[in-house]
Amino acid sequence: MTSTVSPLQPSPGVSRGTDPGAAADAAVAAILDATVRPAARAPRGVVVDSPPGAGKSTLVVRAAQELVGAGERLMIVAQTNSQVDDLVDRLALKAPDLTVGRLHGSEARPAPEALRHPNVTASSKPADLLELDVVVSTAAKWQWVKDVDPWRHAIVDEAYQMRSDALLAVARLFERALFVGDPGQLDPFTVVGTEQWAGLSYDPSSSAVVTLLAHNPAIVPHRLPVSWRLPASAAPLISTAFYPYTPFRSGTGPGDRLLIPSSPPDGSAVDAAIDEAAEHGWALLELPARLTVRTDPQAVAAVAATVRRLLDRGLNAHSEQGSTPLTPGRIAVGTAHRDQAAAVRAALTALGVPVDSTAGPAVTVDTANRLQGREYDVTVVLHPLSGRPDATAFHLETGRLCVLASRHRHACIVVARAGIAGLLDEHPSTEPVQLGVTVKFPDGWEANHAVLAQLAEHRVRL
Amino acid sequence: MSLLSTLARLEAVRSGHAEPLATVRHRHLSDRPLVLVPLAAAAEDGAPLAVLLGTDRSAPRLHIVPQPLNRGQRYAFLAAFAADLLPYLESCAAEVERIEGSEKDPQTGEKIVTFRELSADAPQVIVPNHGAVQHLGLLGRATRFRRTAEDPDPGRYPAPAQVPLLGRWLTHLTDRAKVPGSSLLLPMTGLLARHWATGQSQLEDQHLGAQLAWHRATSELPGAEAARLVESGRDERGQLLHPPAGPTTDPRFDEKLLGPAIGRYDAALAALRHAQDEDGPESPRAQSAQASAERAVEQLRTLLHAVMLPTWHDVWHGLDLLRTLPPGAHLPERWESDRWSFTGHRERVAAGEPPQPRRDDAVTAARKLAQREREQVRTDVQEALDDPLAMAERRLAGEAFSGEVTELVPDWDTSGRTPKPRPLLTVRTTDHPHADLGREVHRAWGPSVQKAVITAVDPGQGLITVRVASGMGRKKEPEPGSLPAVGERVTFTLFELTARQSAPLPEPDDTPWTHGGPPSAAQDSPTAAEEWE
Repeated sequence: MTSTVSPLQPSPGVSRGTDPGAAADAAVAAILDATVRPAARAPRGVVVDSPPGAGKSTLVVRAAQELVGAGERLMIVAQTNSQVDDLVDRLALKAPDLTVGRLHGSEARPAPEALRHPNVTASSKPADLLELDVVVSTAAKWQWVKDVDPWRHAIVDEAYQMRSDALLAVARLFERALFVGDPGQLDPFTVVGTEQWAGLSYDPSSSAVVTLLAHNPAIVPHRLPVSWRLPASAAPLISTAFYPYTPFRSGTGPGDRLLIPSSPPDGSAVDAAIDEAAEHGWALLELPARLTVRTDPQAVAAVAATVRRLLDRGLNAHSEQGSTPLTPGRIAVGTAHRDQAAAVRAALTALGVPVDSTAGPAVTVDTANRLQGREYDVTVVLHPLSGRPDATAFHLETGRLCVLASRHRHACIVVARAGIAGLLDEHPSTEPVQLGVTVKFPDGWEANHAVLAQLAEHRVRL
Repeated sequence: MSLLSTLARLEAVRSGHAEPLATVRHRHLSDRPLVLVPLAAAAEDGAPLAVLLGTDRSAPRLHIVPQPLNRGQRYAFLAAFAADLLPYLESCAAEVERIEGSEKDPQTGEKIVTFRELSADAPQVIVPNHGAVQHLGLLGRATRFRRTAEDPDPGRYPAPAQVPLLGRWLTHLTDRAKVPGSSLLLPMTGLLARHWATGQSQLEDQHLGAQLAWHRATSELPGAEAARLVESGRDERGQLLHPPAGPTTDPRFDEKLLGPAIGRYDAALAALRHAQDEDGPESPRAQSAQASAERAVEQLRTLLHAVMLPTWHDVWHGLDLLRTLPPGAHLPERWESDRWSFTGHRERVAAGEPPQPRRDDAVTAARKLAQREREQVRTDVQEALDDPLAMAERRLAGEAFSGEVTELVPDWDTSGRTPKPRPLLTVRTTDHPHADLGREVHRAWGPSVQKAVITAVDPGQGLITVRVASGMGRKKEPEPGSLPAVGERVTFTLFELTARQSAPLPEPDDTPWTHGGPPSAAQDSPTAAEEWE
């Protein structure tokens, strides 16, 4: 379990130009004001767009505290059980005076972290929790709740990951809502065809926020302007490549985050890539060009070797939060597909790297979808286009690359076969244009090129 | 594309012949399917040109639009098409089953027994490819709101009586075709591609003739060459030896044969009108012009018949191939859903309900999406249970594992008042499932629904140990036969074997503010849809 919590208040000594802390505080104050003390004819929803690591989770906790402070009870909708458990844990920790209800399914037991607090009550029956200040559950569970009076307030977390049809089913439960999410992450998806509804404002497979904004044009999204997670080396790239019209900056400056190995490199390409990433925040470990199966054994081995060396070389991560050794729990490996994640996990196990978090601190190995909302010190990414003969819409999806490239506080090492730029040039986006559908900018093709151009400056050939 | 189907394609490349992807048939086939080959006219989207249809492969019936841009002729064609198709649909409802159900009495709250009639059969329309499905959808959209002479306000251009009804049925069939696993309207290319792999791309497989070429291939003429011949072989006039399956036609056919034939028809019609105006309708000149106009229509019919007949035979040939496979065990269950869909739509039409709206409202769209996702899960699960090859795909994907039981250790859960059996079962397998500890697994093909939890994994030895948690009866000792014996082969899946129920959605009238509130009733009225003529 890694929390995505980032301090809204930067530590002293961090300042560069105008103070990022002040800018972030002003944005948060405006959001809380609109949520807790809405104007007389204000729209019923408040939307907050948050770039990666901009203090979204902290905002949710503060909004909950202020609403309860104003004498309200509220419901919180998150998208996955682990998000709900994370949120409950953080709420209970930061606001011990709140009573928190964890509504769960009859089969899914909440995680122990969520239940360790005295102010948390868990139940599978909503009736048990109605009197509590805050009730948290997944959208899937909320959809089944019936025969309750609507809450006056709701907070919808990770709202861009929520599907429009899920919002349709839960909107009856609240009068007003604060929608918080990251528009740059992966869009919700479905395995069946939905072309028939493309262009409808309420296309059930689109994101809940898209539908909400289409039907409530008076809502102007708020923005969190500072990423506390991303280091100064990453924020400009992520901002220009994935958020071209809503730029943000990093809360820390160059040199505030340092990654220092305690043992010298052994001369291998893997160690060179680690040194490059430690110094510049990015590294591209490039394998020779080749078409491969999805679970490219050489690329998987390179990913595993990189993680092994990261641990062996005893890296220390210095940041505004202090100095900590880089332990397995602070490293993540991101892939596009589940079988790739499984292959990496097997390779890491063979190298003696722990990957099972139930047995203690372990390296997280997962797909982009599951890494959403997570934060680590160092990430190792198997590039979605590595070794592929084609660039499909799935692999080009902007959100996938954005998630993979924005999980780290210190450094990101990308492992890829050479030739991706050529592959991109051979596969321009050819998705049919649907009438009435807002074209998303940037498209995945352009964002991929932007990231590749940056990585090319930090290339180490294997 | 799964690893197994990629492999099958590679094998097809090597063998030069289509390779099986299934050991059973995964779609219901009616005893009396209606084969329907539609053609569309170039230049205007969705303009019908001709349709060849029937339930007797030796007697296809042809309907054509001699001048595809003439709206009057288009609606005469649609009326003839309706007169041909609707009796077939109706004939499927000849017999009904009475299905017992129960309902809560709204006043007393007591359960009362109700009966619903379910049609014993349902229509099945087989078209050549996905493009034909889309074309029928467009026809449905263009016709279901048409007003007829029977309407209180027929408008300036009333359509023939059965045309709107045809539109409603075409809309229903094409909508149902979007539900995974459904069988009311099926494209032959999709049916064949589900059951056999060819050595060409999925895009190339959408050409019915080319896909079938891989089935007809011989050692002298292997699949790739046979397919190329079908796709591009031309005769001395430059016409394709094997016309495309439609709905679009070969441009060279349009240019050299169809265009001139339509031109001759137009000319004959003009001559006829001229003769009628000048000499009167009964004059010999008018009569001879009438005869030449009829000849022009006949020529067009012959031309189109010839270009559609190969596809007609291809579709029937595809049906022959599919009938060689034994039906999957779950097909009757899924066909029953199709029968409900057919019965429900018939009842809605009979009850005088308005045609399907132009656009789904928010709630209807969400309901349809939920249904399709549920049916996708159900179809995937049932295909895996019906067909060891389909299960093999899931095993290769790490979503299931099969193997021999090596050990069965009795154990009990003693936390409750009475001990419950929770035996440990160890399976030796060569599969590599994504078997995380604590993951729930489900026993396939067991005597009852049985869940278990993975408790130990030894990838080196290929051993997976699970703790069986259900399906063993209520006593302290597991029911005899409820657990596999040592040495027996078992299969566990990591996916659930039944589709989950979808969450309830509000009624359309309760559409919340986030989705624009309740839809206005006026928006989809039929009269609003007739601006184009």
